[in-house]
Amino acid sequence: MSRQSAPTAFAALLRRDFLLAYRRRAELLQPLVFLLVVITLFPLGVGPSPKLLANIAPGVIWIAALLASVLSLDSLFRSDYEDGTLEQMVLSGQSLALIALARTVAHWLVAGLPIVLLSPLLAMWMNLPDAGVPVLIKSLAIGTPVLSLIGAIGGALTVSLKRGGQLLSLLVFPLYIPLLILATSAVSAAVVELPYTGQLGLMFSGLIGALTLAPFATAAALKLSLS
Amino acid sequence: MNPIVLFFHKTGSPPWFYRFSGYLIPWLWAIFIVLTAIGLYLGLFRAPADYQQGETVRIMYLHVPTAWMSMLIYGMMAVMGFIALVWRIRIMEVLVVASAPIGAAFTIIALITGSLWGRPMWGTYWVWDARLTSELVLLFLYFGVIALYNAFDEPRKAARAASLMSIVGAINLPIIYFSVEWWNTLHQGSSFGSKGSGIHPDMLWPLLIMATATKFYYGANLLSRARLILLKQDNRKRWVQELLAKENS
Amino acid sequence: MPINSHMLSISGLSFERYFERVFEPVSFDLAAGSLLLVTGANGCGKTTLLRLLAGLLEPSEGEIHCPQQALYAGHNPAIKDDLSVEENIRFWMRFMGTRKSNPGNGLCQQIIEEIGLAPVALQEGRTLSAGQRKRCSLARLLFCDEALWLLDEPYSNLDHEGIVMLDRILRAHLDAGGACVMTTHGSLRPEGFDLQECHMQSGRHHYAGAAA
Repeated sequence: MSRQSAPTAFAALLRRDFLLAYRRRAELLQPLVFLLVVITLFPLGVGPSPKLLANIAPGVIWIAALLASVLSLDSLFRSDYEDGTLEQMVLSGQSLALIALARTVAHWLVAGLPIVLLSPLLAMWMNLPDAGVPVLIKSLAIGTPVLSLIGAIGGALTVSLKRGGQLLSLLVFPLYIPLLILATSAVSAAVVELPYTGQLGLMFSGLIGALTLAPFATAAALKLSLS
Repeated sequence: MNPIVLFFHKTGSPPWFYRFSGYLIPWLWAIFIVLTAIGLYLGLFRAPADYQQGETVRIMYLHVPTAWMSMLIYGMMAVMGFIALVWRIRIMEVLVVASAPIGAAFTIIALITGSLWGRPMWGTYWVWDARLTSELVLLFLYFGVIALYNAFDEPRKAARAASLMSIVGAINLPIIYFSVEWWNTLHQGSSFGSKGSGIHPDMLWPLLIMATATKFYYGANLLSRARLILLKQDNRKRWVQELLAKENS
Repeated sequence: MPINSHMLSISGLSFERYFERVFEPVSFDLAAGSLLLVTGANGCGKTTLLRLLAGLLEPSEGEIHCPQQALYAGHNPAIKDDLSVEENIRFWMRFMGTRKSNPGNGLCQQIIEEIGLAPVALQEGRTLSAGQRKRCSLARLLFCDEALWLLDEPYSNLDHEGIVMLDRILRAHLDAGGACVMTTHGSLRPEGFDLQECHMQSGRHHYAGAAA
């Protein structure tokens, strides 16, 4: 349908997204700062008892990661929608699912990966025992792409709404629950030296499932939002 | 023209649907009332009390059917939503939109009855056991669909967005249920299982009758709401004007 | 019966919003080399018609017969504020691909020259004036080779040289066998072309308020 090959178009889109992200790099820090602030609120709110913090660490870190992810989802498609770029991409004849996937990948690299890289710091703040840290990093590495993939569906559905941001959170948080349960249980298990590979394995198959299905749902939502 | 296509075109026509459902609704209500009366009578007066829980087990006859309906309706929304999106059939869109509040209501009733049921055993009105937690998440999924529908200005676009969200939610629903179930066993939460292996037939019958009754309630309520939506949406169209003229004469 | 050889044929086409027709049904045939001007008052659905033809919307009534992909240039110029003119055009060239003979830097520079934006080629999108943005959005006419163009008020915001440029590009396209559907809401009309006209009527008789 389109005269351009899919991989070339995919690469062109990614390249543009990185360029755009670089030009707006100050804005990218916002969700990450948010993440750090939210984590800081916990010791302040529940008391700095090391044991208590260690107990709630996996859940707190993961919930903060969820919140930070959702913050950056609203703008995933908004700018392209508003200046007409999205329309042109839809009409280009390229597979819309591929376009959605490219945007999602760019989003993860710019918003999700930093969370993974920051996680050792967060683990230290929440007094997570050393045994749990590698698993925390792995769980975030597998889980944050899923957050981006599923979140993209919500972002696409709400992009044509003026204040879609709040609604987006309501839509995607229930869908994040299985991920949250699996990830936190993996980290907690690792801390007490119980097996955790099952949970990570399930999360990984969830990632594969999301990779194959979510872009199509996102594409359908984008077409809908443009109509 | 292909008779099947003709059938779909006909049933998709709002005036036809309005008329047809008008005939159906009184019957659905009647059957619902009869079944509920029988079911409640059997459940409240004739079925035996539970060995452990005593009389409070009787709330099960309300809780379990409404919980089943809360899940069934979401599934129906996903199926109807799929048809609505793929074939652009307007009446399906209307049915999806009309189903959401009914499903949410069933979910709320399931939550309240579940909470009341557990109170004598737990001492509190709420514990995070698998079933209640899943129902609560389901309620949020319903709220999400309803909020999404209300956020759009144009009704058909809104209905299509709600349909898409229902499909996405329905696919995730089993995953959510299983993960919450698993989470619950992990944390050894309390569970008031009457999900035991064998259920006494005297308890089973009222349960099934109530379960069937709730389906008729859904049908009747759904069609009523759908008719109302069609009237409002088409209020400038000729068939509605003619209908109102006839009513007023 | 001869196969429909028109580039675009529509019959009885309409679109509903809020359960009301946006515009009265429209029909026309467009042959290669023709320019169709769609006219009508503000709000009568010209943009909606173009979006229907482009495939962004599904018709509520009627049929579209459009065997090839069309190029759509709408109100929104599809320019990123954070990228320069050159980066914007380069992205679209890479993303859409082009069958022109010298893709890459050479073609990009050539196009920027032709649309008259060479002085601002390295400036960011946000610094461009409305007319410059319009010119930038027309760049895609120069490297895409779709035969059918759908242009929504292409003359708006253009200065006199811009209008001359667009006319030149349009004439070259039509002479090469392409076709174009163009909307205009009033005084800005292409001069010196053989035009088909299609006048649209709004289907809305009431104010379209909030959803039911």
